[in-house]
Amino acid sequence: MVSRRDFIKRTGKAVAASAVLGAGYLLADSQPDYPVEESSTPLILDHTTGGPELFKKLAVIRDDTPANLVEKAITALGGIGMFISKGDKVLVKPNIGWDRTPEQAADTNPEMVGQVIRMCLGAGASEVVVTDIPCNDPRRTFLRSGIQEAAEEAGAKVIIDPDTEEVNLGGELLTKWPVITPVMWADKIINMPITKHHGLSRITIGMKNLYGIIGGRRHQLHQSIDQSIVDLAAFAKPTLVIADCYRVLMRSGPQGGNLSDVKDVRTVVAGVDQIAVDAYASQFLDVEAEKIRYIVMGDKIGLGKMDLSEKEILNG
Amino acid sequence: MTIRTVRNLRRASQTIFLALFIFLLLRTGFSGVVTGDNVRDFELSWPVKIFLQFDPLVAISTMIATASLYTGLIFSLIIVILTIFFGRFFCGWICPMGTINQICSSGRRNSRNIFGKTVVKMNRWHWYQHIKYFVLIVLLGSALVGSVLIGLFDPLSLLIRSLGLVVIPMLVNIIDGINSLLFNSGFEPLSYVGSALGMVKQHILLNIEPVHYNTIVSLGVVFFLVLISNRIITRFWCRAVCPLGALLGLLSRWSILGMERDESKCTNCNLCLKYCQGGDDPIPGLPWKKFDCHLCLNCQAVCPEDVIKFKLFPRQERKETIPQPSISRRKVVLGIGGGVLMVPFLRSGDDHKANFNAMRIRPPGSVEEDQFLERCVRCGECMKVCPNNAIHPTLLETGWEALWTPILIMRIGYCEHTCTLCSQTCPTGAIRRITLEEKVGSEDVKPISIGTAFIDRGRCLPWAMDTPCIVCEEWCPTSPKAIYFEEVEVTTRDGEVTTLKRPHVDPDVCIGCGACEFACPVIDKPAVYVTSVGESRSRRNQILLERNIDSGRS
Repeated sequence: MVSRRDFIKRTGKAVAASAVLGAGYLLADSQPDYPVEESSTPLILDHTTGGPELFKKLAVIRDDTPANLVEKAITALGGIGMFISKGDKVLVKPNIGWDRTPEQAADTNPEMVGQVIRMCLGAGASEVVVTDIPCNDPRRTFLRSGIQEAAEEAGAKVIIDPDTEEVNLGGELLTKWPVITPVMWADKIINMPITKHHGLSRITIGMKNLYGIIGGRRHQLHQSIDQSIVDLAAFAKPTLVIADCYRVLMRSGPQGGNLSDVKDVRTVVAGVDQIAVDAYASQFLDVEAEKIRYIVMGDKIGLGKMDLSEKEILNG
Repeated sequence: MTIRTVRNLRRASQTIFLALFIFLLLRTGFSGVVTGDNVRDFELSWPVKIFLQFDPLVAISTMIATASLYTGLIFSLIIVILTIFFGRFFCGWICPMGTINQICSSGRRNSRNIFGKTVVKMNRWHWYQHIKYFVLIVLLGSALVGSVLIGLFDPLSLLIRSLGLVVIPMLVNIIDGINSLLFNSGFEPLSYVGSALGMVKQHILLNIEPVHYNTIVSLGVVFFLVLISNRIITRFWCRAVCPLGALLGLLSRWSILGMERDESKCTNCNLCLKYCQGGDDPIPGLPWKKFDCHLCLNCQAVCPEDVIKFKLFPRQERKETIPQPSISRRKVVLGIGGGVLMVPFLRSGDDHKANFNAMRIRPPGSVEEDQFLERCVRCGECMKVCPNNAIHPTLLETGWEALWTPILIMRIGYCEHTCTLCSQTCPTGAIRRITLEEKVGSEDVKPISIGTAFIDRGRCLPWAMDTPCIVCEEWCPTSPKAIYFEEVEVTTRDGEVTTLKRPHVDPDVCIGCGACEFACPVIDKPAVYVTSVGESRSRRNQILLERNIDSGRS
């Protein structure tokens, strides 16, 4: 005779045992997680605007205050309305890579960044975001470069620690790589590099500045620096590139630190063609564009034109 | 004012000081907010080391060791003077470690501990309460010959170390864990919670990256033991171990605030013992141990018969009060002698002057190792404040004597070129206050060097694998760069001829900041690494002949 109590106890035990067995079966895993390359469709962020007419134009403005330089450059290209429409979410991507002051010329001029933000908002942009993934502590670089203050004053949203999401960049070398999410939300991207010397790629201007939109182990990209730069430039084609050549770091780049390495050039180069902007600005570093591998490679796959004789140079 | 009000005042004081302590600890970091005119030289906006500057133990031990008093430690005189007049009020009213111990001890008045003893029984005075005096005497003996090991037992250092290097980093990492769950959930409202947590992390905990500290387990276990011991014996740490409590107990000998007891009214209800924090026998019939009383005033507040009264200039009955611990002169001399001997014993094989330790990369501005050990109380402030998570407590890597002293581990974080925060937080001058200009150098002044980088040509990509890299050169912050490269033509395995840039280190320019080591893509064991040789603070730990002649210090 089984008492009720015993019956419940036994049933309970049986249920527990079968639950354990069932759970074991469900959880059984002969193939533990291991890094496997999953195929996915590449994401391409093409934000270029304007036709071949605009593509041919290159604004080169000299000798004025930083804010006036960018204003004149954009006006020369046809005004901010050519690039920004009402309601656009705009990403302004300066170079905020290093914990340096504006005078040391390792980060984009803050006054230029401020001016561009004001113009974008003036053209009806719904939001302007300023962000970067720097090399040094972002809290320091954003602060010491003066960009945080300038951008916030101009009305932009400054994100010092952007989230990243792994996407397929569809490059020859760069496929899966973490990319900052603000790049993916943006309707327009304005690339605002500073023109500097760089030990490995020799120069860093606009295309190299796109390193700042990706996270992950960027240090390894040096092993194939030219290909990775081209891949990035093909992945996130900016609406406009404005190269700050106000102060140019001639040596000890990309960090600098010594004011004697900085040359006053007081110029801005702007255009839609990212290859042409880099090719033009490279001459301030006394480097011929033909000697820069990534420029040649980018030209070859049709990202832009390095032959400046085809360009219409606008001097404001 | 009734005694209950006074007791509530004591509770308020404890709460305020604990809150202040935690607030200042949370502000011990790079907030990214700059105050003042000089935007370029980031300075801490709060006096984060003020608790340690008020700590008489830190002041006296470093004073004995260095025959000088580091600026700011003079504040501790206030506590000393007040203690001489009023007794160990610091333990009962101010000390945040004491408050935490009191909180952890609470709520077990009617239970028995794991030894089956009642709280009343455990709250009687016990022999082990003398241990703390020996901790104090022995370690002051060590300080006498130049080693402030006493910092390992200083309650404020202990608490800063434990909360700053164990609890807060755990919170940061827990938030990271929760956040990744919330964001992965794909449910929109949850990701707002995640964003809020992220704001807490960034603006309250002052961290944006996950934090990792070397030997966090050793710190955590000690802290856990300190906390858990309260469940066995009320405020065990304060009663038995704390050398600061011992010091204040000795100072309280002449205090004018004392206890008056009207023995005739006592009904032996034991309530005073039940609520006693210091274990100092407040109950009539036993001599009151003034040196162990925290002045929490619980006994007076709970006494139903108004037997116990704290008064200025109390009426002293013979043998009613024992004003000082019974430690024989012989034991004091032996204790000091033992402490003195401990230093040569610890240094016998680990002598920092004979056995230079490559890993012993001290924070910038650190004084020479001899003086460093005379000053460093292991409070962990420098480690907590370091925005790059570069400074870590050692375990035994650099010798037993240097337990929990700061070293830099560049693989986890490098020394930020323009940062002087650690020198701003050091309460004892083990890291002297340096200016930005001193650190990065100028035309006339050499920058502060904490070591020298070396390239491991067997692991370096351009050297060993004919692959372009020189990330180290890119990251090198000096100008001119200490890491430079030569261009060489090499024939690769496939017979292709390419030009490679191979890095070299200029030891005269290198400051040992470790940015190269941090950035090196050879992740597990970097192909460029920093060792302590070449550090400005040492005259002997040098490679270059010139630097050896240059540095005038002995």
